This record gives sequence, structure tokens and C-alpha cells, in this order.
Amino acid sequence: MSLDKPAQAGTLESSDIMVTVAPVPPGSGIAIELESNVLAQYGDAIRRVITETLVAYGVADAAVRAVDRGALDCTIRARVAAALARAGAARQGGCGR
Amino acid sequence: MTIRRSMLFIPGNNPGMLQNGGVFCADAVILDLEDAVAPLEKDAARLLVAAALASVDYGGSEKVVRINPLDTAMAADDIRAIVPCGPDALLLPKVQGAKDVEAAAALVAAAERPGQKPVKLMALIETPRGLAEAYAVAAADERLTALAFGAEDYTAGLGAIRTKEGTEILAARSLLVNAAAAAGVDAIDTPFTDTNDEEGLTRDTTLAKQLGFRGKLCINPRQVDAVHAVFDPSAAEIGWAERVVRAIRRAEEQGSGVVAVDGKMVDAPIVSRAERILQLAALLGLREEAGR
Amino acid sequence: MINAIGREIPAHVEGYGKVTPFAGAFATEPDMPRRAPAVKWARPGAAKLATGLEEVFRAIPVRDGMTLSFHHHFRNGDGVVNLVLATAAKLGLKDLKVAASSIFPVHAPLVEHFKAGVVTALDTNYMSGPVAEAVSRGALAKPVILRTHGGRARAIECGQLKIDVAFIAAPSADEYGNVNGIAGPTACGSLGYAYPDAEYADKVVAVTDNLAAYPLTPVSIPQTRVDYVVKVDKIGDPKGIVSGTTRITKDPVQLKIADTAAKVVQASGLLKNGFSFQTGAGGASLAVAHFVRQMMVAGGITGSFALGGITGYLVAMLEEGLFEKIIDVQGFDLEAVRSLAANPNHVEVGAGFYANPFNSGCVVNMLDCVILGATEIDTAFNVNVVTGSDGMIMGGSGGHSDAAAGAKLTVVVANLLRGRLPIIMDKVLTATTPGETVDVLVTERGVAVNPRRGDLKEKLAAAGLPLKEIGELKRLAEAIAGVPQPVKLGDRTVALVEYRDGTVIDAVRQVVR
Repeated sequence: MSLDKPAQAGTLESSDIMVTVAPVPPGSGIAIELESNVLAQYGDAIRRVITETLVAYGVADAAVRAVDRGALDCTIRARVAAALARAGAARQGGCGR
Repeated sequence: MTIRRSMLFIPGNNPGMLQNGGVFCADAVILDLEDAVAPLEKDAARLLVAAALASVDYGGSEKVVRINPLDTAMAADDIRAIVPCGPDALLLPKVQGAKDVEAAAALVAAAERPGQKPVKLMALIETPRGLAEAYAVAAADERLTALAFGAEDYTAGLGAIRTKEGTEILAARSLLVNAAAAAGVDAIDTPFTDTNDEEGLTRDTTLAKQLGFRGKLCINPRQVDAVHAVFDPSAAEIGWAERVVRAIRRAEEQGSGVVAVDGKMVDAPIVSRAERILQLAALLGLREEAGR
Repeated sequence: MINAIGREIPAHVEGYGKVTPFAGAFATEPDMPRRAPAVKWARPGAAKLATGLEEVFRAIPVRDGMTLSFHHHFRNGDGVVNLVLATAAKLGLKDLKVAASSIFPVHAPLVEHFKAGVVTALDTNYMSGPVAEAVSRGALAKPVILRTHGGRARAIECGQLKIDVAFIAAPSADEYGNVNGIAGPTACGSLGYAYPDAEYADKVVAVTDNLAAYPLTPVSIPQTRVDYVVKVDKIGDPKGIVSGTTRITKDPVQLKIADTAAKVVQASGLLKNGFSFQTGAGGASLAVAHFVRQMMVAGGITGSFALGGITGYLVAMLEEGLFEKIIDVQGFDLEAVRSLAANPNHVEVGAGFYANPFNSGCVVNMLDCVILGATEIDTAFNVNVVTGSDGMIMGGSGGHSDAAAGAKLTVVVANLLRGRLPIIMDKVLTATTPGETVDVLVTERGVAVNPRRGDLKEKLAAAGLPLKEIGELKRLAEAIAGVPQPVKLGDRTVALVEYRDGTVIDAVRQVVR
């Protein structure tokens, strides 16, 4: 699935993550720019969850910028999904069940 | 029996509160998609609450989600997204009559996964019309398990002056408790809105218990312990209930029809009240006998 | 080498000497005489009032390589450290050691003095802000010595920290060197951390912006130890020194932790007439006082004393008759200042009286209960309050290790998850307070009792507290947040963490990112 337009979800509150997704030309792949107060401890994990969520929604090409304030994996998934839905790419999803 | 002394609202678009909602030991958490969420964030909050239901351990707390009002398109979206994630119940706001409950029940039934534990419904009565229909609402569907009272919107609808003492809502509270009891569901009282007034909260909760409410909505985690302290059966109540049950057993053994405890006649409703107190005390670990 | 709690520490450190490894909280005994400073005298008629810091620097004289000491009652409102070091820089002095009981963000100019070689050594009990970051990144060739409040008093009194010149930030001083902290625009209350400096430094300079008529009373720092009095325009910013009122947190998770901690105190059996208590001013710590207060009122309990950093909350408890006395080494708000000035049961004491392990008994030894925070705690209950989880220095023991060692019941209160970071590790990044002195960890998701305290565990279980093994709490946190990747640090030691007895409990490594 492809993105229609850039979109954003989430906040800069503690335990949240602000995710911005933007369309890129097909074949560009996924590029993630990540800022986090727990980058040293969880940077890799956050990138992995963002990528997994994009893949789960069938998005192969996107530019992602994420500003993380210590969000848990479930929050990261929900914020990425919300950004994708707002960008016109995702079905309205839920808890993955 | 589900214990619902305290039902704590958790804002649905706040990840920090959602992940910690279980630590306050409220009998129920209400993950809120309605008033706590700004109109433009409804979609994001819906996804966040869905994810929280799937991932966060709320311990022994009953998991309730307050969806958006049934007269908006959001309600159906909420139900479709939330129900498959396995909440224990949905709290329906601004319920005006039995039709609202029936409509919600149909949407819930359609959204449930096969084999899923049936999702219950609770109705928030917060309009004069809703109160007038309270019994019909309470009896509308077998999923309906509690009526809750929202006094702020209700008094606004009346044009009444809202006070801390709550004289203006006394009749409404009594009507709501009666409707719930008539239909055999729980009555849950309106929240106490001054979160800094612990004594006021205890007074207001004591009144609610006296009127017959089974529990109280809480808008701040700090309110949970004080509300529990009121709704927990007191030692005196447990003692009275034990005497009633003993007297009934003795009467049954002796084939006697008439029973008195503490100089007062005991009949069936009193026995069932005593039994409920003992059951509650046992569930809360306040008493060793009796059981679930 | 490896010390008794398994921490790798250097055997010898340039500018510090031979390192004695930590051997246990009470395992290392003193074997030295107390230090005696040079005997001083003042002829009748000789004046102490100087026209400026430069004049004092020349009169002493301050020379390259000397140790200048400071106390931290002005916290982030302090102006004296920066004034004095600017003078040193202007006069071309090099290679000074700064012995400040704490360093705050306001002391950022110190970083420039490091670069210029004006200051090449630092000895402190706590540091946060730009100076701490610069030190973490290796701004000083010599490791910083991080001590406890009691350990600093010990090091001064026992001769390991020799002070050439002590600068006293004096809210009020008279022309002959009597000083107190209760009046003037920068009134901060107790001056307790400056007592050892004044007593043991070769020269003592009172810096004030509020010159009072002689004789100033009450006397906190006496004329018999003060050699110079300097009047300047401004010695600090009152807004950074004391807060108007210290309020308890509104954060529901912290309140939950505090409520549980108070129940732990009650269940321990210590909360009865004569109860003595110390708690911090921040986060969940002060909120514990709120819940303990309710229990004392309900139970009709009168405590003997409250200790430590004093807040209006503890003052209110004194005035309500819930405590007989307050023993005050540092005030945090205007209520603490007012009370110290007016109430004879509110007593000012020095850092040695408060917490020095090497005298005939400090006050922390008489504590029933202390409530402390933690940045990290490990499964052996060792606590880190020095470095953040990224390895950057952002604090220090202060009185943490001292109170933990002295109190009958040491309770650490902490969120199980700080942001996303689990508070419990297999091994803390920097050990500050040894686990043998920590009895209970209270989090929002359960209470862990140190296995050394089987007696306590039984009492808490009987009271229905939600007990869990500390390893179980750690797994719970990691199940919620995921297992954090370990932080990579450099090999160079940028700070030594000295335990209160002068042994070294850990070393802080350079942040290399």
C-alpha cells in the first residue's frame, strides 16, 4: 500500500512517540529518522517495531520521522498505525487480532 | 458477582496513563475514548486503547472502554475496533433509552470474534430523558450489567445548580438506584469532582452507599482508596450479616418460620442483603468464611 | 582491583593516591588522628572587612595548586563559586582544586575554568548540569572525587581533604565574621555543610551581600574561625536558593508509591512514639511524609525528630506536635528558614554531626527510618544515584549512603519504569549506596524486601503488602518495557565514588559517544 500524503500521530508527552510518515517514490524502501531519550538502550528495538508495523500494513516505501519519549512497543505500533491511516495507507486496524 | 466499588477513568490518548492504569487497584478501569479525547484525536486514541487492551496487564481490574455517543458515527467505529480486543465491557455515554442499548448490543454482537467472552454493556445516564428511561435501559439487553450516573451533564440538562452537597441530584440518584435494582444490575454513582477534597469524597461516597449504589466512578487515581474504604463492608456490617445468616440456619434446622436478629424481624430481602455483604467481604479478603 | 561488592576500581589514582577498596559498610575502621589546622590569631583592632575578593586573594595569598572550598546551601541560586573562580581566573591562578559540597547547573562557568587550567581538580558530593556533563566526557585529567555528605566531613576532619581557603556564602555576616543563614536576601536557613570547612580550613572567607551590625546572633559560623569578610553586591539568586513552598507531587503513580512506602513504615513497627524520620524533598519522597503524617495524626503518635534536608512539610509536622525536634543540615524552602529562625526546637547542625561515620556518633545512627530515591537499583539492592542510565553523571550520594547506613529502616522509593527504563538491573551502572544498607524497595507494582531482612519481610507480609522478589520485579519491568541494551562506556575513569568511610565503592567511566 502507498501513502497519499504526509501525516503525523502521537505527542511529545512522556511515554508517547510522535510519528510522521511521508510518501517516497516506489522502490525507495523504508527510511527511519529516530530521536529518543532512550536511544542507547532501545534505539534498535524502536526501529524494529516501526518497520514491523509498516510491513504489517503492507507499506514498503515510506520516510518516517519519530521523536520518542520512552513509548512502549504497543504505543509505537498504535502511533505508526494512526499516522499511516491518516496518510491514507492503512485500514482501520485494532489490536492485531 | 463482579465487584465494582471503584471505576477509574483513564484518558484514552495518554500512553503514560494507559500503561499505568492497572497499578491503582481500582475494581474497574474505564479507558476513555469520549470526553478525555479531543475530536481530532479520536482515531489515534482508538488505536492506542485497542493496543493497550491487547498488551497492558490491568491486573484484577475489570477492563471497560467508554466509547463515543451512539448518535455519532464514531460509536460504530469504536465498537468495531475495540470489541475484538477483548474488553470486559463498554460504557455507553449519554444513553437516552432502550434503543441505544439495543443498537450497541447488535453492533457488539457483530464485532465479537468467535468464542470471545461476551462483552458486557454499561449505560451512563446523564440526561433527564435518560433518567426517565432508566429502568427500560437497565432491562433492555442481557449484556447490560450496570447503570452509572453522570451528574454534571444531568444537572446542566435540568438547569439545576450543582453543589458539593448534591441536594439537587438526590432524587435522580434514588431513581437510578431503583431502576438498577429493579432490573438486577449494579448502580454506580457519579464522580466526585473536587479531587483535592478527600473528606468531601468520603462524605459523598458514604451517601452513595447509603442510597444503594454499589460503587462510584473515579476521575483521579487518588480517589480509589477512599472509595474502597467506604464500600468495603465494615466490621459491624459483617457481624450483623453473620448473625442474620446464623439465625436463618438455626430457624431452618428448627423448622421455625419467624426469625429475629437484634430485635428486628428478618425476611428474604434482608437475608439476601446479608448474604451479599458476606460474599463481598469474602471476595475482598475481609472475612475467611463464605466464598465465591 | 575488585571491591567487596564486585565493582572494578583502579588501585591508584593520580592526585588521590592509593585506593582503598570498599570492604563493607562498617568493615573499615579509622586509624588516624584528626587533622589540626594551623593556629590563627587576630590582634585587637585588626579589621577583617575587605573591599573585594581580589584584595582577599592577595592578602591570603591564594596560590596555584591550592584547594578552595564551597558549600551548596544556595543550590542553583549560588553566586559565590562563580565570583570566586572568576577572581582566580582574573589573577592568573592555575591548577586549583575546587572542593564544593555540591555543583549545580548555575556553576556552568566552571567548565571554562577547566579548559583554561584554572581549575584542574574537583571534589564534590553531588553534581548536575553542564559541569557534570563535561566531567563525564573527560574534561578533567584527574578523576573527580565524589563523596557523601558525611564522607566529606570525615575527609576534612580526618585530613584526606585539606582545605586551604574556605569561602562561606553568608546570607548575613557582621564585620568580625559571625555568620548565619536566617536573614538577608539570600536567607537559606541552616549552613550545616559549611561547618567542617570553617572549622578545618587554614583560611576562612565570609562572602556576604548583607552586612549586619556586630555582634550578629545567632551565630552559625563563628568569628573565631573567619579571617576575612567581603561585602559584594549579590551572592546569589533567591529564586534558585529556596522555593516558596515545597508541594507534594500530584503524579498519581508517585502518590501510589508513597502511600505504599508509608504502609511499609507502619508495618515495620517503628511508627510509634519516639519515631525518627528522614525524607527527601523530591518526587515520591516528600509524599511519603504526607502519608506518614496522616498515620501519626490518626495514631496519636509523637516522633522524636525529623532529620535532613528540611521542608515546610516537616516544619508543619513539628508545629503540629508530631515531632519534638527538627535537626537541620539544609533547608529547602522559606518555611524551613522561618522555623529555624524562630523555633528553639528546630536545631541547626553541621555535616559532621549529621553524618560523619568517624566521630563518636552522628545523628543518622539515631534514625529509625529514611526514605530515599534511586536512579537504578540492582538485584543485590545496590543503588545508583550518580549516573543516568546513559552513563552521564547527574547526581551524587549527598546524604543517601549516610542515612541508609544509619537508619534502622531504609526504604528506597522508585518508579519501576522511569520513562521506558526499568529501574532494576542485574548490576547498577554506578554503585553509590551498598545493598547491605538498603532494606526495602517500593515501586508502583510491588514491594521487594532485602533477603537480609527476613524479620521485616514477615512483618510486611502480615500487613498484606504486595511483596515480590526483586528479581521478579525486574522481570516484570522487562516484560513491559523490553530488556534495555547495555550502555557502552570508555575505559577512562572520570570520577571515583568514595563511600562514607573513605573506601572506594565504584569508579565512573567516561562517556564516549
